[in-house]
Amino acid sequence: MTSVDLYRTVRLIRRFEERAIEFVRSGEIVGGIHPYIGEEAVAAGVCAALRPDDLITSTHRGHGHVLAKGVNPARMFAELMGRESGLNKGRGGSMHAADFGLGILGANAIVGAAGSIATGAAWAHRRRGRDVVAVSFFGDGAMNEGMLLEAFNLAALWRVPVLFVCENNGYATTMPVAGAVAGSITGRAKAFGIPAFTIDGQDPEKVLAATTAAAERARAGKGPTFLECLTHRLDAHHTFEHRARLSYRSAEELSAGWSRDPVEIQGARLAAADRAAVDAEVEALLDAAAGIALGSAHPDPAAALEYLYASPEVMR
Amino acid sequence: MPKLSYLKALNRALGDEMAADPDVFVLGEDIRVAASNLTAGLFDRFGADRVLDTPLSEQAFTNFATGAALAGLRPVIEFQIPSLLFLVFEQIANQAHKFSLMTGGQCKVPVTYVVPGSGSRTGWAGQHSDHPYSLFAHVGVKTVVPATPADAYGLLLSAIRDDDPVVVFAPSGALGVREDVDFSTLAPVPLGVGRIARSGSDVTVVALGHLIQDALAVADELAGEGVSVEVFDPRTVYPLDVEGLAASVARTRRLVVIDDSNRSSGFGAEVLAVAAERFDLAAPPRRVTRPDGAVLPFALALDRAVQPGRDQLLAAVRGVLTSGGDR
Repeated sequence: MTSVDLYRTVRLIRRFEERAIEFVRSGEIVGGIHPYIGEEAVAAGVCAALRPDDLITSTHRGHGHVLAKGVNPARMFAELMGRESGLNKGRGGSMHAADFGLGILGANAIVGAAGSIATGAAWAHRRRGRDVVAVSFFGDGAMNEGMLLEAFNLAALWRVPVLFVCENNGYATTMPVAGAVAGSITGRAKAFGIPAFTIDGQDPEKVLAATTAAAERARAGKGPTFLECLTHRLDAHHTFEHRARLSYRSAEELSAGWSRDPVEIQGARLAAADRAAVDAEVEALLDAAAGIALGSAHPDPAAALEYLYASPEVMR
Repeated sequence: MPKLSYLKALNRALGDEMAADPDVFVLGEDIRVAASNLTAGLFDRFGADRVLDTPLSEQAFTNFATGAALAGLRPVIEFQIPSLLFLVFEQIANQAHKFSLMTGGQCKVPVTYVVPGSGSRTGWAGQHSDHPYSLFAHVGVKTVVPATPADAYGLLLSAIRDDDPVVVFAPSGALGVREDVDFSTLAPVPLGVGRIARSGSDVTVVALGHLIQDALAVADELAGEGVSVEVFDPRTVYPLDVEGLAASVARTRRLVVIDDSNRSSGFGAEVLAVAAERFDLAAPPRRVTRPDGAVLPFALALDRAVQPGRDQLLAAVRGVLTSGGDR
């Protein structure tokens, strides 16, 4: 994975999200999104350390994770727009994007829920003799969900090849970490005997290095690792916040976050011409992707409950 | 013919399916020593990777099973206390159940949740005595309540082989039921297909699980009075075998349901709603249930007072036989 590749990923996520916000404004995306703007280096660095057959679980703020794991942006846009050609055939939307062919076991809208799902999936693969690693992304808010702490215990107890990646963006919606987390975030993982590290989540190369080491450790049978990635959510918790201005952080704080913009941090490592070439490549890719998504068919309301059961033959 | 108990039938089904399919494994609390006997002998046969003793972390291990299922395994979770299903309702109803639709059919979650000892366990009081099958039917999770040892065997096999989450409620009051069984005839029983537990012509009594015994006893008693009671066992709460029930009611035109749920929005309410929409009845149907919003009190007489029983069923059947008039 080269610096150019990492830059391409953070740039792709940024521009995808900026376009998605425009589609929310224009009404092409209903229900809004949780923008990943500012946190791109975490997804880019983590997924760059993974093999194609490795697994991830994602969150309500998950577009970056799935793009970094390799989903087709056209199918992702189409999913956000509720189209039949979407990743989930328009049945999942922003908070449930999944692509099992790419090891993406789905974004999960219940905070902290997917840690145990990733743990079970990684355990199952190991039992089948495969050296697959699973990554579970979650935010600082999830650190107060009991079922995630239970998952840490199971993963450590059974030495499951799973990586717990905490995107600490400072806020659970509007609740600051300091007001929500007693003790420390890494201290909770360490209490279960899980090695835990706090890393700079704005720099994709640092995230890549830490994840590579953690994945190697997991593949070697040494169990889970916990990575606290310090990051900044530079846009709204959810696009509803664009209309309902909520007062929970200062302009200075936001400005300090922008001074550590991952797109600029990684972009500065490229020659200007290379960076411009990647930017143009990303725009062309997203132009085409948006065009495909906008031209895709809407699902037939008569098929609203298609896929409800995997064994539908017993239903009447 | 050898006798087979209901609980032994569940144990046999689980062992047979684990032997037949290496992807099947069981997890839960105190299952290595088989505290409930559901997993008796299985740890020695299959080892720690397939009989996974868990810490008291129901929410995480329920999602863990979902993850293992997404990766291709067929987990069976034992919950020895029915109320634990309230604790993991999110993990079943909101996670396991929704993956298929939400992913546009990309995956399946073939997890089976088995509750050996659902309903009143005689003296276990408020928080260990629920029988929450109606809740799972309401959200659309496949839900099974076997009544006999052969059905317990066959329905558990079908539940494990089904590609969706299935909850199997084994009522406490049924675990000790024994019947003569030719083991060579034990076979899967399809989900969603009811059975006539006793044929009759005057009235259909719908009952599930341990209440089948009460329904049969009432049928015996009324037979002495010249009343012919048909007992219909849907076996599966969801999907309900509406066609099977319709065929029975078409013969009897009278209907009583006995249901170990709270009255409002319970399984009995659903059966009566189906009857109101679809059946041509000679008399208004009746239901015998736990009271609205019931919590089972501890003292035995109080516990029994809020459970549906034979006397209430008898009165309800007599009621539908005497009302309506055009019999």
